[in-house]
Amino acid sequence: MTHPILQAAAVTWISLRTIPQRRGSSGAAVFGIAGVVAVLVGTLSIAQGFRQAMTAAVAPENVVVLRGGVDSEMLSILGPEEVRVVEDTAGLARDARGALASAELYVVIDLPKRSSGTDANVPLRGVGPAAYGVRPEVQITAGRRFEPGRSEIIAGRGAAAEFAGLDLGSRVKVGRNEWTVVGIFSAGGGLAESEIWTDAVVLQDAYERDQSYQAVYARLDSAGQFDAFKDALTSDPRLNVRVVRQADYYAEQAEAVDRLVTVLGTLVAALMGMGALFGALNTMYTSVSARRREIATLRALGFGGGPVVASVLLESLVLALAGGAIGAGLACGLLDGYRASTLNWQSFSQVAFAFAVTPQLLLEGVAYAAGIGLIGGAFPAIRAARLPVAVALRDL
Amino acid sequence: MSDNVWVSVRGVDKVFVRGSESIHVLERLSLEVRQGEFLALMGPSGSGKTTLLNLIGGLDRPTSGEIEVGGERLDGMSERRLAAWRARQVGLVFQLYHLMTALTAERNVELPLLLSPLNRLERRQHVATALALVGLKDRARHYPSQLSGGEQQRVGIARAIVTDPVLLLCDEPTGDLDRKSGDEILGLLQALNREHGKTIVMVTHDPHASARAGRTLYLNKGRLSAEMPE
Ligand SMILES: Nc1ncnc2c1ncn2[C@@H]1O[C@H](COP(=O)(O)OP(=O)(O)OP(=O)(O)O)[C@@H](O)[C@H]1O
Ligand SMILES: [Mg+2]
Repeated sequence: MTHPILQAAAVTWISLRTIPQRRGSSGAAVFGIAGVVAVLVGTLSIAQGFRQAMTAAVAPENVVVLRGGVDSEMLSILGPEEVRVVEDTAGLARDARGALASAELYVVIDLPKRSSGTDANVPLRGVGPAAYGVRPEVQITAGRRFEPGRSEIIAGRGAAAEFAGLDLGSRVKVGRNEWTVVGIFSAGGGLAESEIWTDAVVLQDAYERDQSYQAVYARLDSAGQFDAFKDALTSDPRLNVRVVRQADYYAEQAEAVDRLVTVLGTLVAALMGMGALFGALNTMYTSVSARRREIATLRALGFGGGPVVASVLLESLVLALAGGAIGAGLACGLLDGYRASTLNWQSFSQVAFAFAVTPQLLLEGVAYAAGIGLIGGAFPAIRAARLPVAVALRDL
Repeated sequence: MSDNVWVSVRGVDKVFVRGSESIHVLERLSLEVRQGEFLALMGPSGSGKTTLLNLIGGLDRPTSGEIEVGGERLDGMSERRLAAWRARQVGLVFQLYHLMTALTAERNVELPLLLSPLNRLERRQHVATALALVGLKDRARHYPSQLSGGEQQRVGIARAIVTDPVLLLCDEPTGDLDRKSGDEILGLLQALNREHGKTIVMVTHDPHASARAGRTLYLNKGRLSAEMPE
C-alpha cells in the first residue's frame, strides 16, 4: 500500500481545495480565532511592555536602600544620619564629587492627563546630586538639569507625553508650590521616564519633610559586591534597612500589575478561546457533513479512517493557523509600540509603557490558535472516520 | 463451489433496525455470479437492490449468511481488511458518479491507485490506460464540473477499472443520464465485460439497460427470481 502520508495528503488536498465551497463557515472560524489571538497577544503585550518599562535600563550594580521591613519607597523613611552611614559604606562606586548614592524622597502629585483632562497621579521625585551618576541612562533631551535649591523640575519624556502642563518652560502649580519645567529627560525607556525630578532638598522644604528621605539609590563598584554591601548595612546596629537590587525592586513593584494583566489577559483569551473552539468545532462539523459524500466515497474506494481523520485535523489546523497569523499580524500592526500608561499599584502613580508584541508572544498566540484548531477538529474528525459508508453513500 | 463462480451469496439475511422498527430487506437470499458474467439486478424501489450490491461489494455486512467473492469470505472480515479488500478486488460505479469535485479527471481516476504499491510513473500509466479505455484521453485535465453527465460517468468507470479488478458493481449507472449517454455507458460496460472479461453486477430500473446484460434477476420482497414479479 502506498505510504499513508501520501493518502492523507491526497485526502487533505481534496478537503482544502473545497474550502471555497464552505467559505462562510470557514471564514467565520478564521476570524473568530484571529480575534482571540489578537486579544491574547494584545493583553500579554501589555504585561510584557509594563514589565519592560519597569525593568528597562536598570544596571545590575544598582541598589536601593529602604527602611527595614517595607516593600515600597512609599512607606519607607530614612533619617539624615542613616543616609550618611549608607553613603559611607564601602563598595559604592565614586565619581569626582564622591560616592554614587542619591538620597531621594518621593511624593505623588495630581496632574491632568492630556488625553482625557482628568487628573491622575504622577510621582515627583526629589533626588540628590549623585542621581545622574547612579542612573547614567538619564539624559536631558530638551532644556537643562534643574538647579539645586530652586523650584525647578525636569520631566521624564513618558510623563511629559502623558500629562498636560509638562512642556518645557511651563509652570506647574501643586498646592502652594509652583514649579518650572526646565528640562525633559529620557531614561533608556526605564521607569524614571514616567517620573518628574527635582532637588531633594527643595522637595523636603516644600512638603515639610524636614531632612528625611525615603530611599537611597546607589551604584556599586560592581554587581558582585552586592552581598558584602548588603551585609555591611544590615549588620550595622545603627541602621534598620532593607537592601535590594534595583532590578529586583522594580520587578517586585511590577509584579502586581504584571500578574493582574497576565491573569486577566489569559482569562479573557481562555474565555474567547472557548468561543472560538466551539466556532472551530462547528465549522469542522459543517465541513465534515458537507464532505460526507466525498468522505464516504473515499472510504468505499478503500481509504482507511486514518487519512480521513488526518485530513479533517489538517484542514482545521490550516484554518486555525490562518486565523492565528491574522490575529498575530493585527496585534503586531495595531498595538506594537502603542504607548499607554497604567497605575503602578505599589506607588499609586502612572507608569508610561509601550505595548510590547514580542516574537515570543506571537508564537504563543499562533500556538494557541493551533491548539484551538486541533481540539476543534478532533471530534469532527472522529465523526468523519466513523461515518458508516453504506449509509453515507445513500443519503444524498 | 464450481471453479468459475466468482460471487457466491449463501442464505443471506439483512435486517435494518431503526428504533423499535426492523426492516427485513433480504431473506435467506442466495446468488451465484460466474466469472465473466454480466448480471442485471432489477426490482421495485426499496426492494433491496442497493443493499445486496453493498453486501457483495463489502460496504456492508449481512445480518446472517455467507458472502464469498473471489474465494474470500467477506462476512466476518474486519473493517480494516474489508477496506483493503475493496481497494484491490472491486470497482464501484455509482448512479451519481461520486467524483471529487476538487480533482481533475485523471486525479479522480488515480485515487484508488494511491492505495496500491504502484509508484508515480506506474500510476500515471494505469490512469492513462483507464482513461483511454473509456474514451476520455483528451479530457484528463478537466474537472468534473467541466464534463457532461455521461463523461463524468466514464470517469467513474475509469476509476472503477484502474486497479484492474475482476468485479465491477454498478448501481444504476445510467439512472441519471439521457438515453444516448446511457446507451454509450452500457456499450462501454458491455465491452468491458466481453473484451476485458470483467464480471459485472448492475442494478437498473431500465429494461433497456438490462437487455444489455447476459442475465437478469428480479429482487422482490427479499427474494431473487428469474421471473419479473407481477
Ligand atoms: N442503513 C439503513 N437503515 C435503515 N434502513 C435502510 C438502510 N439502508 C436501506 N434501508 C432500507 O432498506 C430497504 C431497501 O433499500 P435499498 O436502497 O437497498 O433499495 P433499492 O432496491 O436500492 O431501492 P431504489 O431502487 O430506490 O434504489 C429500503 O426500505 C430502505 O429504506
Ligand atoms: Mg438503490
